[in-house]
Amino acid sequence: MNYFVTLTLNGLASGAAYAALALSLVIIYQATRLVNFAQPALALLSVYTAYTVTQLTGSYWLGFAAALTAGLLVGAFVERVIIRPIARTSQLNAIIVTLGLLLVVQGGVGMVWGNEQHGFRYAFSYVGRFAPSDVFALVAVGVVALLLFALYRFTPLGLRMRAAAFHPEAARLSGVRVGLMLTAGWGIASLIGALAGMLAGPPFISPNVFDVVFVFGITAAVVGGLDNPFGAVIGGLLIGLGMSYVSGFLGPELATLAALVIVVAVLSVRPDGILSRPTARKV
Amino acid sequence: MPLPVRHLLLAALGLAAVAGLLSVTGDLTALRIAAVGYTMLAVAGLQLLVGGSGQVSLGHGAFMMIGAYSMALLVLHQPTLPLAANLGVIVVVSVAAGVAVGAATARLHGPYLAGATLILAVGLPGLAHRFHAFLGGSNGLNIRTAGAPPFLDGLVTTSEWRALVVWTTVVLGLAVLATISAGRLGRRMRAIRDDETAAAMAGVPVGATKVVAFVIASAAGGLAGGLQAYVLGTVTPSSFTLVLSLTLLAALVLGGIGSLWGALWASMAIVYLDVWATDLARAANLGRNAENNLPVVFFGVVLILVLRFWPLGVHGALRSLGARLRAVRSDTSSRTPQ
Repeated sequence: MNYFVTLTLNGLASGAAYAALALSLVIIYQATRLVNFAQPALALLSVYTAYTVTQLTGSYWLGFAAALTAGLLVGAFVERVIIRPIARTSQLNAIIVTLGLLLVVQGGVGMVWGNEQHGFRYAFSYVGRFAPSDVFALVAVGVVALLLFALYRFTPLGLRMRAAAFHPEAARLSGVRVGLMLTAGWGIASLIGALAGMLAGPPFISPNVFDVVFVFGITAAVVGGLDNPFGAVIGGLLIGLGMSYVSGFLGPELATLAALVIVVAVLSVRPDGILSRPTARKV
Repeated sequence: MPLPVRHLLLAALGLAAVAGLLSVTGDLTALRIAAVGYTMLAVAGLQLLVGGSGQVSLGHGAFMMIGAYSMALLVLHQPTLPLAANLGVIVVVSVAAGVAVGAATARLHGPYLAGATLILAVGLPGLAHRFHAFLGGSNGLNIRTAGAPPFLDGLVTTSEWRALVVWTTVVLGLAVLATISAGRLGRRMRAIRDDETAAAMAGVPVGATKVVAFVIASAAGGLAGGLQAYVLGTVTPSSFTLVLSLTLLAALVLGGIGSLWGALWASMAIVYLDVWATDLARAANLGRNAENNLPVVFFGVVLILVLRFWPLGVHGALRSLGARLRAVRSDTSSRTPQ
């Protein structure tokens, strides 16, 4: 029973990182109908930025701020310079370009910082059950989700972003700068992705550190419904719990395959995720 | 001429071309030619799936892994079986795997299918670690297969023989894929790709056709993996990473979707961009970090640039170039009489 409680608490803590990554995927999917496979790479770049800043200044929090800033800027840059010219041509090409970006950034990080592991510290102490760093992960993701909700619901920027995603033509006619809104969406999404990286990175970072995290992040997004930010958060926590139980009781090697089973099972029952609403379609 | 016969003739021509190429190149090139061969088979299978039926799979490497491990296990545990029988068994095994995965993911569409297959690609190598005693853990399995038969001694080297075996299988596989794609099944797939609802209303069995496309693609992938194990003589989980699956799909789009020629450009890009980038890093003396990572970066940059400027891939670019040349020629010929 004690073991079960430990697994539950660990699962919630790692689920927070999956939820953040899922959130960043969902924001971009909502805005551009594109699953951003480069998201783990952008998070990787942010985390390595944090690593270097922390090395230079000795301050974890300066590194943390640098990671989030880097995420914001890189996300905006990628949308404006790389994705936008290609998104016009075809959906598949845009997906492939995010894959290309993933390869470039992962390889580039390996070229600059090396393929070997670097030690990377937690924000707070990680000793003991439900350590301060775990609490921090949950609180940080909770705050981000609330801020995001407030942004979408109560601010003019959020309203414009929703309008641009919902009906670009109509939004443009009403004076919304649709392109700018897309750039902003990518920036915000990558900032949240950077946060996910800061939570999931420790204790060691290497160019491939986010492969598995990304798998769980995309599992969470898909299970929750790619169109639904709340689904992403709930999906993230559920996947965190599920993976923690599978690793604890069956062995960590099987966690990713268990994620596959969960995805297939959930999507067979609800093809657009647990929180999706059925859509009517005219034929 | 009936279509299958024409495809077989083309296959024989292709094989003859490869044999000619092998006779003028060295041993190292023979291995690379073999690598282009099995990669092309894998990409061609993916071509049928993505270009034909419109289902995007990010887990094609997983089926290569299934094929490669089947080959290794067959050689280790049933050493008396001939290679052709091994390849037959591998096709059966990968068809079974394709049916299982395809049936499970039949209701998934678009990004959801991509996500599920991505998880498969990342998760499957974990099995090699979990069943360490049987699958060899991270060291994988090493196999020894027979080289050139005795009566060809001195005529072809072992690598050249392997390349020939690989390409014989590959051109046969390609002929089958081309015939399927030109036939009724291929037409049904394209109908589903273009509009699922319209296809269903026209009487195309949508679910079954999608699963069949998935199964054919996984058979091609498995066969390619088996050939890879045969050529390299070693199978490790680390050669079937997510990057492999992503590279296969990316190369397909890079080569040009919708044509088997695209698969040829794609496989050459996969094999040779890697070789060139490694040579480049060595020549420029960039150090070990750069040498290990430059191939991936190079591939990614080429991918982004090609799709930016030629959205239809290399094959699309070549075709529009050919069309432009023809237009120029007919232009001048129509002008000359005046």
